[in-house]
Amino acid sequence: MSFAETLALYFSRSFVWNALIVGTLVSLCSSLLGVTLVLKRLSFIGDGLSHVAFGAMAIAAVLKLTNEMPLTLIVTILAAVLLLGLGRNAKISGDAAVAMISVGALAIGYLIMNLFSKSANLSGDVCATLFGSTSILTLTNTEVWLSAALSVLVIAAFVLFYNKIFALTFDEEFADATGVKASAYNLAVAVIIAVIIVLAMNLVGSLLISALVIFPALSAMRIFRSFRSVTVCAAVLSVLCTVLGILVSILGGTPVGSTIVAVDIAAFALCSIAGKLTGGVGK
Amino acid sequence: MAQLECRDLCLGYDGREIVHQLNFAVSAGDYLAVLGENGAGKSTLMRTILGLRAPMSGEVLFGDGVTRNEIGYLPQQTVVQKDFPASVREIVLSGFEGQSGLYPFRTKEQKKTADRIMEKVGLGQLKRRCYRELSGGQQQRVLLARALCATRKLLLLDEPVTGLDPRMTAELYDLIGELNAGGTTVIMISHDVEAAVRYADRILHIGPVCWFGTPAGYLASEVGRPFAERMLRSDASNGAEGRR
Repeated sequence: MSFAETLALYFSRSFVWNALIVGTLVSLCSSLLGVTLVLKRLSFIGDGLSHVAFGAMAIAAVLKLTNEMPLTLIVTILAAVLLLGLGRNAKISGDAAVAMISVGALAIGYLIMNLFSKSANLSGDVCATLFGSTSILTLTNTEVWLSAALSVLVIAAFVLFYNKIFALTFDEEFADATGVKASAYNLAVAVIIAVIIVLAMNLVGSLLISALVIFPALSAMRIFRSFRSVTVCAAVLSVLCTVLGILVSILGGTPVGSTIVAVDIAAFALCSIAGKLTGGVGK
Repeated sequence: MAQLECRDLCLGYDGREIVHQLNFAVSAGDYLAVLGENGAGKSTLMRTILGLRAPMSGEVLFGDGVTRNEIGYLPQQTVVQKDFPASVREIVLSGFEGQSGLYPFRTKEQKKTADRIMEKVGLGQLKRRCYRELSGGQQQRVLLARALCATRKLLLLDEPVTGLDPRMTAELYDLIGELNAGGTTVIMISHDVEAAVRYADRILHIGPVCWFGTPAGYLASEVGRPFAERMLRSDASNGAEGRR
């Protein structure tokens, strides 16, 4: 069978289309807020929250919920609000709090799965949740619709709040002093990030989510010099890398999540070289 | 009615008072310079006026058509992250954010106003440039333009010339003077006594003893004279060292 025939065969299956649709939307969402997170020195928030999501998923699995997403979503949003919203005045500093919640949730999640799961292939289950392995290719229709709807909401929220997000990222104090309700928007951003994390778990698994959030932003920042062009470039780059990663993994039989991240890393390397050569693009 | 009035304002942190019962008022068109030693509470006063922190006691009142959100604020020059991607225009336009409320986009009016302001402060040619690639003086102009987008009524400047060379310093003072002549009220924190006395028409000295009045009165006062003499002397010696 030729290369093109293999590809055509795969594209006749709906699971491939499902994977591509969800992959595109999720990578678009995650890259949008990546720029803000990187610039606010919050790159690791994605990591922390995804481990919380892992813990929540373990609980959902033990409770034998048919759809794990709602519970995971609620728990992750709560954790995000706690870390980003209230974290400012907390006694434990930001990075320590993230690290604490992150490893704590990971340990508890694994413990719960071990204690209560009746699954015959426990380590397989855990590995799938951590690295995403095949979950993107086994999405149910409900999951696809839920992911699509949430993605559209996230993108709409980002477009509507874009100017506020820029103002708060560049100079939160000025924004606050001139009447932008900074704490309210920080809260909104926390919720959006949590939604993105839960969405992205299907795609790359909870250990690799940070890559999806930060790589496109960092790559775009090598080349572009204005906030808008960086955001647009990150979004385009992220979608391209994800689609390419999914196709490669289907054809080559490699794990989806890590393949996507590998493509993201390659794109970062290319952008770094391009940025060095051109000295950056002004606009 | 004054645009801004502080009544019996006490400032401090961790329960320790550093400014006791401060009283002063700023009317439309005033140019007030706030002087004082390092750590005397100048920046604390500014943050209190902006509503970023609460006073220990006393009140900050706004009037004459000015509300707390209508203050254009030029923060003390902060080192912007080295890799922050933002064009001059994006930053200047972000000054409108406080007035936009929930409306998510920029209006045509705002874009036009921003363009006019950028021309006025001499950024016409630099609109599309990346902020972090500009010189210190140009960066201050960008932040000044942003403050002007937030309001034309009342500007609060926190040591606007720190780190600028003499020529850029003079240019920035001239620009601020022009804005003031055009009707914008200016409150400027400064440690440059000479410039404060030359440009401002009101002086507020912050310290264990606070003083509020005209520049001439300040230089003749018991609070102002020794402070001014000491600051001018140290400026002169710094200048001499710089030349050597």
